[in-house]
Amino acid sequence: MAFKRPDGRKLDEIRPITAKVGIIPNADGSAMFTFGKTVAIAAVYGPRMLHPQHMQDPKTAILRVNYDLLSFSVEDRKKPGPSRRSQEISKVTEWALSPALDLKEFPNTVIDVQIYILQANASTRVAGINAASMALAQAGIPMRDLVCAVSVGKMDKDIVIDVNDEEEHFEDGEGATDTATARLANSDRFTLLQLDGKIQPSLIPKALEMANKAFAKIYEIQKKTLKGVMEEKE
Amino acid sequence: MSSMGLTSLTYNTLLKMFSENKRFDGRELLEQRDLSVEYEVSYKAEGSARVKLGKTEVVAGVKLGLGEPYPDSLDKGNLMVSGDLLPLASPRFESGPPKYNSLELTRLVERAIRESGVIDLSKLVIKEGEKVWTVMIDIYPINDDGALIDAASIAAMAALLHTNIPELDKDGRIDYEKKSTKKLPLLENTIPLSLTFYKLGETIFVDPTREEEEACDGKIVWGISNYKGKEHMIHSCQKGMEASMSSEDIDKMMKHLPKLYDDTLKKLKKFLK
Repeated sequence: MAFKRPDGRKLDEIRPITAKVGIIPNADGSAMFTFGKTVAIAAVYGPRMLHPQHMQDPKTAILRVNYDLLSFSVEDRKKPGPSRRSQEISKVTEWALSPALDLKEFPNTVIDVQIYILQANASTRVAGINAASMALAQAGIPMRDLVCAVSVGKMDKDIVIDVNDEEEHFEDGEGATDTATARLANSDRFTLLQLDGKIQPSLIPKALEMANKAFAKIYEIQKKTLKGVMEEKE
Repeated sequence: MSSMGLTSLTYNTLLKMFSENKRFDGRELLEQRDLSVEYEVSYKAEGSARVKLGKTEVVAGVKLGLGEPYPDSLDKGNLMVSGDLLPLASPRFESGPPKYNSLELTRLVERAIRESGVIDLSKLVIKEGEKVWTVMIDIYPINDDGALIDAASIAAMAALLHTNIPELDKDGRIDYEKKSTKKLPLLENTIPLSLTFYKLGETIFVDPTREEEEACDGKIVWGISNYKGKEHMIHSCQKGMEASMSSEDIDKMMKHLPKLYDDTLKKLKKFLK
């Protein structure tokens, strides 16, 4: 029997998505992205001069990402400030976003991306990447493509898309596997791949296939949201 | 060996050689260097091992401590993996607060071990909700010549497989005087290892030397085991560095990973007591 999702979704059904750009007036670009109850916001500042000067690179801009959970976004209050987990996510998010940017256009500068989770119900890092990708586009930074991100789970033996909190803690059979993935929207280039759990090597391509279908949907929403802002301006 | 980065000359040579499936040391792209394992780096540790993978050398030690369980797992012992990229091991390592690379190393080794369930943490409870064993694995590179995470995970597992639980005295404190022969409770026939595939240009390969690793712009670290002796199971994975990976790259890794794991395990088993 197939895995029955606690919220009644089909195996390949993403939670309701909402997306918004321009939510932080001070930022050069900003966006909000939700997967169901998971809410991520992102702000982009830059390109701007990087200080201290010795950190500058005359060949390229530096992308600097900071991801974190707000202290009240989770059940047990999260102590403010970076954790081992958030430092790791910040770094892999940098790598998830940088292939979409032509950083060499802006030597000696830094592009700061700040991602915060207001409300966490699993899949926070991928929600954050979707928000950041839109914020970078709104900031007018030249991009090769948008970055789309989604989590793929394996519950016992079934592959599911967009893992929620309850599923993350599923323990029956082979238990829960959570895979965070990101890809450039229009090319076969994965920029994030992170996994925890128990999954056979032969199932990895199947999981990525399911992610690919979700990327197409997420891309349409990102595009539509960004276009909406452009039209408002005109 | 200087701490200068790779020169463009070396980079371009490596790029060209790799595109022709050639390496400086004559190895195949998917061929691992020689592996050796020794034990008892420190007799004060509950378990310890020294692993050499080519010229890369890593030591790992296991200490067991008494502590309280975490509130969300009152019926389980604790696991902690830490370590530091000591400036002793490479001109590229600096002292000071841990940087991303040491975080990456310890987190990836920890996740493969934790997710595989190889340590039966439920058997490390002394008094439920109050007193449990904490397994502390510490990893230090002694000489970095590439593929540190792979070597570190082998060292951590070798040390765990030779770890004894200390005896307690009548007051419930650790009695280091008493010689213990009680083994750490491990899941049978399950040895999780972290193994990394690297990408340079369009070439996928394993077990780089320092120079090869520095030229790379992408990698994926896979935590894999022969789960319960029954099937290959992936427990963790993380892409690192800027380069993106195509479905084809990932398919290729999935095809070769089980064999790389089996070969590594075979080499490791020669050294298991």
